[in-house]
Amino acid sequence: MIRFDNVVKRFGDLTVLEDLNFSVTPGEFVCLIGPSGSGKTTILRLLMTLEKVTEGTIYVEGRPLSHMDRNGSLTPADEKYLREARKTIGMVFQQFNLFPNMNVLRNVTEGPIRSLGKSRDEAEQKAKELLELVGLSDKLTAKPGQLSGGQQQRVAIARALAMEPRGMLLDEVTSALDPELVTGVLHLLKDIADSTDITFLCVTHEMQFARDVSDRVMMFDSGRVLEDAAPEKLFTDPDHERTRGFLHAVLDRA
Amino acid sequence: MEIWRWDRFFEVWPYIGEGLVTTITYTLLGSVVAYVLGLIFAVVRQLRIPVVDQILWGFIEFVRSTPLLVQVFFLFHVLRPELLSGTGVDLSTQRLIVGTAAVGIHYACYTSEVYRAGIEAVPRGQWEAATALSIPGMRVWTGIILPQAVPRVLPALGNYTIAMFKEVPLLFTIGVLDIVFYVKTVFASDVGGAGPEAWFAAGLTFLALSYPCSLLVRRLERRVGTV
Amino acid sequence: MFDNFDIYLDRILLGLPATLWAVFGGIGLTIVLSFAAGIGLLSPRRWVRIPVRVYVEGFRGSSEIVQLFFFAVALSIFLGIPLAATPLNALMIGIMVLGLNHGSYGAEIVRGAVQSVPRAQHEGAVALNFSPAQRMWRVLLPQAVVEMLPSLNNLFIQLVKGSALLSLIAVPEMTKKADELRAIPAFAQDLWMIYLTLLVFYFVISVGITWIMRLLETLAAARVGRPIPSREKALARGGAA
Repeated sequence: MIRFDNVVKRFGDLTVLEDLNFSVTPGEFVCLIGPSGSGKTTILRLLMTLEKVTEGTIYVEGRPLSHMDRNGSLTPADEKYLREARKTIGMVFQQFNLFPNMNVLRNVTEGPIRSLGKSRDEAEQKAKELLELVGLSDKLTAKPGQLSGGQQQRVAIARALAMEPRGMLLDEVTSALDPELVTGVLHLLKDIADSTDITFLCVTHEMQFARDVSDRVMMFDSGRVLEDAAPEKLFTDPDHERTRGFLHAVLDRA
Repeated sequence: MEIWRWDRFFEVWPYIGEGLVTTITYTLLGSVVAYVLGLIFAVVRQLRIPVVDQILWGFIEFVRSTPLLVQVFFLFHVLRPELLSGTGVDLSTQRLIVGTAAVGIHYACYTSEVYRAGIEAVPRGQWEAATALSIPGMRVWTGIILPQAVPRVLPALGNYTIAMFKEVPLLFTIGVLDIVFYVKTVFASDVGGAGPEAWFAAGLTFLALSYPCSLLVRRLERRVGTV
Repeated sequence: MFDNFDIYLDRILLGLPATLWAVFGGIGLTIVLSFAAGIGLLSPRRWVRIPVRVYVEGFRGSSEIVQLFFFAVALSIFLGIPLAATPLNALMIGIMVLGLNHGSYGAEIVRGAVQSVPRAQHEGAVALNFSPAQRMWRVLLPQAVVEMLPSLNNLFIQLVKGSALLSLIAVPEMTKKADELRAIPAFAQDLWMIYLTLLVFYFVISVGITWIMRLLETLAAARVGRPIPSREKALARGGAA
């Protein structure tokens, strides 16, 4: 589904990702953990084409994300190609990024109508189902500003699902929420993960959640994958001292 | 000569009334030009097209740094004969076109700055969410960015309309029949010279209209915030 | 095509001194009035605040052109001198109106900047037992200056542009001198060149003022240790309106 091939990302002199190689198979739920600034979020942003790779290639479903195949030779991707590639992948942001000028229903239907070319009826039908799934069918006409953080994040999840993505990127989706709202959103995500075959790539600081839902956990440090293992192994018997230290620090805080 | 004549102070009002409609018309039409053109300037500059961006920036800086009066002269005495003289458009319409174009373009160079700040105040996450949903570029502007940017810039745009209202009178120099023209020319020839009382009345007229408008803008500012 | 360019240039240069006098005289008066009225607006005493408020709103609200004609007519009647015959008088009146008008805008800039100084600074000055005057001159104003310089820069450029209006009361400044060429038929086809050159003169003066103000901003910011606010930001709020 997703493959990083010798990917390097630098911002000026700062190297955020160093020669990164990994792949994610379809249907997998992979959590990325590690200290702040270790490059986890950058991976999601690269996949969403919000940033460009400095070196290397990212493949999504076998196709390179930054280049397109034109008559057998690779040329830099144009906007049309990028928009096509983005349709495969949905993203939920830390700060929700709902459109404050649109009501809940419009937030969810905007993408399907404008980029998938669905009819308004079809899009609204689907949106209502999704909003029911996230438990907000009574808020269709509310504006994002009238909702709690937890509700806004549910709308954002429904909005990402409405695009019928095959891959979902979750960028610290509970970090901006009040503690009492976190559990609900995490439960929702677990339900979705269990009931669909969407591939998830999830940056999180919720270690219990990572342990419960993921098929694989990748520990990042300074732009490298320090450890890549099944959750049981990584959380109980990590290979690296650095991982152990990080887990201790996070668990102590919680 | 008497320093202050109350009779003249009262006589001048009908003349001011005649010119006021013209002044307001030019202000409103000029504002429409400034609002639309300023938005176009701001969006084009946001696209950061090489060369176009630098040229537009230079034009905006130049217009903002030079007198509207001279710009009006340039448009009326240089460009108008070239562009409008042979078209069969009568002279008063030509004045309307040149006058609204001059104030409109001049103020567009200010409103573009207003819009730019409004656009930049829209959080980056909004652009990113639009990208994540693959929403086409045009729709991102019309559906997401501008609906958020425009309400916030309304007070500042209002301020520029008020400023324009007070600057429109200089169009009397190209024969626009506004308040200043009526006082300086029509009233003066009817009574033999416009004295300080007539100008005081004209000033009061501007104050009576612009002051309540600025109070309204300030209230709007408190409601929608500033950029 | 450029045969007569020297004539045009000489003509505009003939008006340059009057323009420069108007601009720098106007700016001088504007600075004095801005600070006097700006501090007046912050006065706790109503008998100070109210007349200053009337001055500020009166000049901000009525048109600069109208003010120009008002003072030109009123003063020539009052002094008993026909205005057109004495360019120097006209220039004086022009400087006065430029100063009075822009001083009213400047007063709001000064007031706003002083009020934007963090409250803690004010309290710190009280804790040091400074008198109200000491608080204003030693603590608040020096910090506020950084904040007001970009807005004052915009205001001074407004004033440069406003100085062209003095041509309407027969001050022999650049616009007046250049516009007089319009009456000569032989120069008719060169009008574009005349006006463009004139615009360039104003542009250079404006750029020069911006350059000086930037220098002052850097100096003031370094002294006070506050970041320099941007001029565009002031414009985006609706400028001097």
